[in-house]
Amino acid sequence: MNPEPHGLLYYFFNFDMMAQAAPEIMAGFWLTLGMAALVVTGGTALGLALAVVRAFQIRPLNWAIIFFVDLFRAVPALVIIVVVFFALPFAGLTFSPFWATTISLILVLAGFSEEVFWAGITAVDRGQWEAARSTGLGFLETLGYIILPQAVRLAIPPLTNWVIAITKSTALGSFVAVPEILSQASSAQSSLANPSPLTFAAFLFLVIFAPLVMFTRWLERRYGWRR
Amino acid sequence: MSVDRASPPILTIRGLTKHFGKLDVLKGVDLDVLRREVIVVIGPSGSGKSTLLRCLNRLEEPSAGTIMFDGRTITDPGVDMNKVRKDIGMVFQSFNLYPHLTALDNVTLALRRVLGMDKAAAEARGRAVLAEVGLAEKAAVHPGQLSGGQQQRVGIARALALEPKVMLFDEPTSALDPELVGGVLDVMRRMRERGMTMLVVTHEMGFAREAADRVIFMDEGEIVEQGPPAQIFGAPQHKRTASFLARVLHR
Ligand SMILES: Nc1ncnc2c1ncn2[C@@H]1O[C@H](COP(=O)(O)OP(=O)(O)OP(=O)(O)O)[C@@H](O)[C@H]1O
Ligand SMILES: [Mg+2]
Repeated sequence: MNPEPHGLLYYFFNFDMMAQAAPEIMAGFWLTLGMAALVVTGGTALGLALAVVRAFQIRPLNWAIIFFVDLFRAVPALVIIVVVFFALPFAGLTFSPFWATTISLILVLAGFSEEVFWAGITAVDRGQWEAARSTGLGFLETLGYIILPQAVRLAIPPLTNWVIAITKSTALGSFVAVPEILSQASSAQSSLANPSPLTFAAFLFLVIFAPLVMFTRWLERRYGWRR
Repeated sequence: MSVDRASPPILTIRGLTKHFGKLDVLKGVDLDVLRREVIVVIGPSGSGKSTLLRCLNRLEEPSAGTIMFDGRTITDPGVDMNKVRKDIGMVFQSFNLYPHLTALDNVTLALRRVLGMDKAAAEARGRAVLAEVGLAEKAAVHPGQLSGGQQQRVGIARALALEPKVMLFDEPTSALDPELVGGVLDVMRRMRERGMTMLVVTHEMGFAREAADRVIFMDEGEIVEQGPPAQIFGAPQHKRTASFLARVLHR
């Protein structure tokens, strides 16, 4: 039974069309999921690591970190992807489209998350450092047991926004021909002359991001001790 | 317990100087702190009382001068301050409890990470010290759910648990509502009875009068006058001391 050939259901919720496009879109789904997982974990881990290094306040290292962070926050993600994919091979570094996109987005997310983590670290009251150091805890122990738990908790809400925004730009991978969800869906859309595959793709984006949002909400509650 | 006048002082401070840029905050302080002595430091705001305490465990780096603690010159380069600090307890005006940890974990963290005690031993000592400050039943509670007075008693327990040789108190009751001050001072009196050496910056003149072995009056980065409380409060030798006391006692 076919839906009315000119209605909303026919164009956007046409399960026939979705089924035809499903194999390609699902392949794109797994690719996007993989990129998202790598970008979220790699980007936040690198951002946190940079913020921790910055806490040591070693001049030249700090300048390098600030330069790195500002660079990847200022330049559009697409430009970075294009540079990594098309320009780095001239320097002898060749990446597949998948890795060029993933590495670029990891760097971008690392830039933004470093700033968020660093802001969290500096927002923790100086008295926390003093109390911990006065009991004989060292710098790293104080950072690890006292400062970071509080800084990370402060960082989670702004970090969530960046994580989602930057992970969504995995769709930019289509510019260097990564067959991720959105590029698969839009090629299916043009070959089928029906946009239902895009609806399907939107649903799959939800499947990826809803758990991510729920996870960060859980994190917020987990670290939401009462002040 | 009375002051140990036979042994060498626990702290010997000579020519202690601290400046922030052009501002001279400590101008060559000399002070011996005897074992089991309770010293109360008084003085106007900005006179350098906090800076003096903070230099003693080098939270603030002295600009010049020497500090000998328990026979070691801790102002020498290469001294491992983390080892020294576990023997110098510090209690802060704003408590500075770790908000993400329970009262018990606030106390046991350094026991485990600094003293290297195992979990069971650290918790046993942590609970015992919390009981000493009257908070046995609050072990599992986070600081945010405690009153200011209770928080400060956890702050004292955190320092006390390391069994320090000296305790530094920087206005421990200044941030408290008046009705909560007594409980904290009671804990400090009990510590005194058990022979703890204490250096206390406070505006609680009643406590100074009855609990101090010696009162030190500081002004503009110097010790202006010192002596037993009866002498400082009854017959101050310096005009500056007298006028400070007149101001704080007749508020
Ligand atoms: N980190 C710092 N940088 C610059 N100036 C400082 C610093 N810490 C303290 N000061 C200055 O040093 C002086 C002495 O400060 P300190 O806190 O030791 O005084 P205090 O006697 O404890 O005063 P209060 O009773 O108000 O606590 C003040 O003028 C203060 O502004
Ligand atoms: Mg002060």
